Amino acid sequence: MTLEAVLFYAFAAVTVAAALGVILVRNSVHAVLLLVLTFFSAACLWLLLRAEFLAVTLVLVYVGAVMVLFLFVVMMLDVKYESLRVGFVRFVPLALLVSGVMAAELIAVLGARARMARAAPATDMASAAGVGNTELLGMALFERFLLPFEIAAVILTVGIIAAVALTLRVSGGARFQSAAEQVAVRKEDRVRIVQVPSVVAAHADGAEGNGAPRGDERHQVPGVPEQKA
Amino acid sequence: MISLGHYLVLGAILFSISIAGIIINRKNMIVLLMAIELMLLAVNMNFVAFSRYLDDVSGQIFVFFILTVAAAEAAIGLAILVVLFRSRRTINVAELDTLKH
Repeated sequence: MTLEAVLFYAFAAVTVAAALGVILVRNSVHAVLLLVLTFFSAACLWLLLRAEFLAVTLVLVYVGAVMVLFLFVVMMLDVKYESLRVGFVRFVPLALLVSGVMAAELIAVLGARARMARAAPATDMASAAGVGNTELLGMALFERFLLPFEIAAVILTVGIIAAVALTLRVSGGARFQSAAEQVAVRKEDRVRIVQVPSVVAAHADGAEGNGAPRGDERHQVPGVPEQKA
Repeated sequence: MISLGHYLVLGAILFSISIAGIIINRKNMIVLLMAIELMLLAVNMNFVAFSRYLDDVSGQIFVFFILTVAAAEAAIGLAILVVLFRSRRTINVAELDTLKH
């Protein structure tokens, strides 16, 4: 076995095992982390296929952004995951049947010997063109696929706006600064001149002098009629 | 020697695993979304393998666009999930049957 074959089987085994873990583990956080492992080993496989740019993009975009988003959501939501696994065992035979038949059919078609057993070209496209993989992709992207590239940008913008619009909560507690209102303010709006009667002031002095007033003590304030409790 | 068939079989296995994941985790919406991501990865694996073995750069370009759409899809899907959990306090797919009544 060549080194490439050894690496392929190793990465493929890790990918399949981690993918199985994603759908089988009980803890959703572990499932997300196993999905990260799946993506990472898939990126290694893409490196074997000499798609360096896409491999790095997969790690950066998926592992760095999308999976972290998943992790945020899984940890943020207070979900009782046990109640979501009701009927887990009941569905396993059906899942085995469907996926087994599907895998068998796909392998029978795709793995057919004659056409698919072709070897890779000795030199990849980028080396043949004398440029790197990223440069090759960039040239294709900005010449032949310019319009799809712009549409992809629009889709991402729509994604941002949709995600923000869905989760935005306009809360009443938010404070905003309004420069126009600040400039237009007048003295009458802020300062209110209150005429405090001197009787109340005397009352406050008396309370200060005697310390805390007792419950049974009545402070007789002259001029103020005594109120019934 | 690793042939094109090896990679295609790997993609087929990944796709079948994610189908099985959708069937057995049909209550948990987060795992459903993750199974969809896994499915897209299987498709991308096929595209990259075809691009290498058929010597055509278009396959890699297609994967680039799939990654773009998948990122937007994940963001919107998770946003919907968060809004759903806020209003219903559950992400159990079996309880989301308001449209039935």
